[in-house]
Amino acid sequence: MASAASPTSTIFRRPKQTSGWMSWITTVDHKKIGIMYGYSAFFFFILGGLEALILRLQLAGPDGTVLDAAEYNAMFTMHGTTMVFLFVMPVGAAFFNYLLPLMIGARDVAFPRMNALSFWIFIFGGIFLYSSFLFGTTGPPSGGNLPGGATDASWLGSTINGGWFMYQPNAGPRFSTGTVLDYGAIGLQILGLASLISAVNFIATILNMRAKGMKLLRMPVFIWMTLVVAFLLLFSLPIIAVALFMVTFDRQLGTLFFDTFQGGDAILWQHLFWLFGHPEVYILILPAMGIVSETLPVFSRKPLFGYPAVVFAGAAIGFLGFGVWAHHMFSSGITPVAQAAFGLATMTIAVPTGIKIFNWLGTMWMGKIKFTTPMLFSLGFVALFVIGGLSGVTHSIVPADWQQTDTYYIVAHFHYVLFGGAIFGIFAGLYYWFPKLTGRMMSEKLGKLHFWLMFIGMNLTFGPMHWLGLQGMVRRTWKYPAEYNFGTWNMVVTVGAFIIASSILIFMVNWTKSKRRGVEAGMDPWDARTIEWSIPNPTPEWNFGVSPDVQSLDDWWHRKYDEDEDGRPVRRPDADSTIAQFHDQGVNPPAPIHLPTPSYFPFFAGASFLAVGYGVIYHTRGWGLPLLIFGVILLLSSLIGWSLEPLEEEHEEVHA
Amino acid sequence: MSDVAHEEHVHESTGVETRKLAMWVFLSSEFMFFGALITNYLLFKGRVGYTAPYPAEIFDIPFTSVSSFVLLMSSLTMVLADHAIHRDDQRSTRTWLIATALLGMVFLAGQAFEFTTFVVDEGMKISTNPAASAFFTLTGFHGTHVLVGVIMLLTLIGISFRKGRLSTATGLNLENVALYWHFVDIIWIVIFTVVYLIK
Repeated sequence: MASAASPTSTIFRRPKQTSGWMSWITTVDHKKIGIMYGYSAFFFFILGGLEALILRLQLAGPDGTVLDAAEYNAMFTMHGTTMVFLFVMPVGAAFFNYLLPLMIGARDVAFPRMNALSFWIFIFGGIFLYSSFLFGTTGPPSGGNLPGGATDASWLGSTINGGWFMYQPNAGPRFSTGTVLDYGAIGLQILGLASLISAVNFIATILNMRAKGMKLLRMPVFIWMTLVVAFLLLFSLPIIAVALFMVTFDRQLGTLFFDTFQGGDAILWQHLFWLFGHPEVYILILPAMGIVSETLPVFSRKPLFGYPAVVFAGAAIGFLGFGVWAHHMFSSGITPVAQAAFGLATMTIAVPTGIKIFNWLGTMWMGKIKFTTPMLFSLGFVALFVIGGLSGVTHSIVPADWQQTDTYYIVAHFHYVLFGGAIFGIFAGLYYWFPKLTGRMMSEKLGKLHFWLMFIGMNLTFGPMHWLGLQGMVRRTWKYPAEYNFGTWNMVVTVGAFIIASSILIFMVNWTKSKRRGVEAGMDPWDARTIEWSIPNPTPEWNFGVSPDVQSLDDWWHRKYDEDEDGRPVRRPDADSTIAQFHDQGVNPPAPIHLPTPSYFPFFAGASFLAVGYGVIYHTRGWGLPLLIFGVILLLSSLIGWSLEPLEEEHEEVHA
Repeated sequence: MSDVAHEEHVHESTGVETRKLAMWVFLSSEFMFFGALITNYLLFKGRVGYTAPYPAEIFDIPFTSVSSFVLLMSSLTMVLADHAIHRDDQRSTRTWLIATALLGMVFLAGQAFEFTTFVVDEGMKISTNPAASAFFTLTGFHGTHVLVGVIMLLTLIGISFRKGRLSTATGLNLENVALYWHFVDIIWIVIFTVVYLIK
């Protein structure tokens, strides 16, 4: 029920569509935005995965001929950039978006339109980054190895090719003359802005929008990890923003920050990049740690062991994460004192991480474990993350690190933490919250097949990289000669990669089929602990029919279970009627509920960054500058129109 | 820019108004942004062997002192505007907002003049040496922040003229703009001290 808009302050009529594509473009609903984040991140996951498969085909045997050197550079760069910035970060945002309001008992996030803006900036940033395949040029390769004396790379090689780290001065104007690294620097800048906006939004939401009784230390661990991630984004993104501006200025305006021929500083780039880049690693892994901290207690039917310790360990990881960046630079010639200090700091990170792992083990100890698919993925997470964590600690020993730097040992390490860790955690979350999304269950049979294939494939792929690396196989090199005897294990790695790919196909089949024909989930299919399960599945548009009144940590569980004298859970006799009562008030809210009104402005503000990005790259062409000015005007007018959009006058009301 | 979710849900767990909280959170991120830019300048300013001139050789301290004073005064007028709107004195709110925007524009004009002098008269371009690159990048980003502040102030003034009064209901409200404006001033105090005054 919308009242008349105040005529002086609206440019467009407020959008009203509730279905069809327009409803998705104008939506400000955190659940729809979360779903859009999820699907688009998964789309980029497929692209990044295909790039990985191409890399593995090239490296399957000695002297591979699938790619040339320029194409190989482009593929490993895009694989890394895609997986970090276009898959793991946005899929984290998908979970945060969908679950954050549900887990703290809120109607939506603090700033629903700003939330939509984050999403649209992310989408257009991703499009911008990938459009480098079409429009990017690499210029004459300096010392590159192109077949048949070609002077420019093929289309596959004409995309961002300086590594996701874009080390300077290699990625500067002197050695990378084409436009692809402009796409890289500006594209990451746009994506960073999207994350910064969502970080502000999530922090405000968590601090201010909690339901009655949801004290900070009653929040689910997942919400705590969201908060830590948001603070990491908040303090690390401005640093990479400065660094990327410096690269862009070097390339566009002739500044000399990283031009070592004229007094620029290549090591400065590494400091700035890793001062962002190391917190970024925790930005990628902490959401997964939050997810398994939710699933492990549910499927062990025990409370999380040492809840405050897990929370504070997460915060400690966040703090320490800002003090260890130079362990990425041990071989760059920093002083021995700095090396010792950063080596020690790196070792201390193992302490809070270890606390978490022992608490997870303590949670499962003596629990009645149910080996469902989400539980299997959570167990996989713990096991593989421990391996990756241990190999990570070996990097803190400086002389050992000198040997490991730039070898496949490093590649093995970070894939164990990011694939074995983050991605296993993400899949645990997808299987666990699928009923919340759709009201149906995913097939356990296909789910378990997915798990075992992915688990085996993952270890075949990244396990042998440990010893390949220690034998001296270097990263980022497009081929190796037969005499090195790397061939056998590389073939194993490639086979493993294709096993992972087949497991992902099974997941996609499972998802699509279960969405339509899965078993009805009903209320609370997992007998869960946290309040997002106290509302019907799929989540009603208004989230909670009645704003929750939280009495304790694991509030939903304690409404269903008491403890006997040995601390074992005993189902309360009124548990079923409690569930039925919550279901009723979830489906039929007793009072009308206001929902935030959709808006066009976030979409247009997001789209303006596309024009700004191309405008900056092509500002020397005739049409570049006008495009840039158009983009800035579109952005400013969207933001001003947005800020004038009335907030109180219009409401959609959902009736009881 | 900020907006607010759902008005029926008025309680705020921390007791701080949500939009203001978000602005504080955002500004904490801005401190890191300027921290990195200032560090860059400090890193490059003392290196030897660059093409002359270095920024520190050509600073006009008396001139920049005056424009710094102008910017600081704009914080005073901003406080007066904030004070006026709390008394619901729309007329003086508007007056003080206009004063703030004007002072901000005077500061920007001063910066434009300073940059022109450096480039044209002193021959220090952004591409002359890394110290100059860092100087122009740092002060240029600060100027851009002032410009964004001026645009927000002008928007507020426009609303005030058109509707006759400013309300706190829209996302762009005076208190948040004031917070942002004071932040931009505080950062300038740091820049002026660290970059211009300390040798």
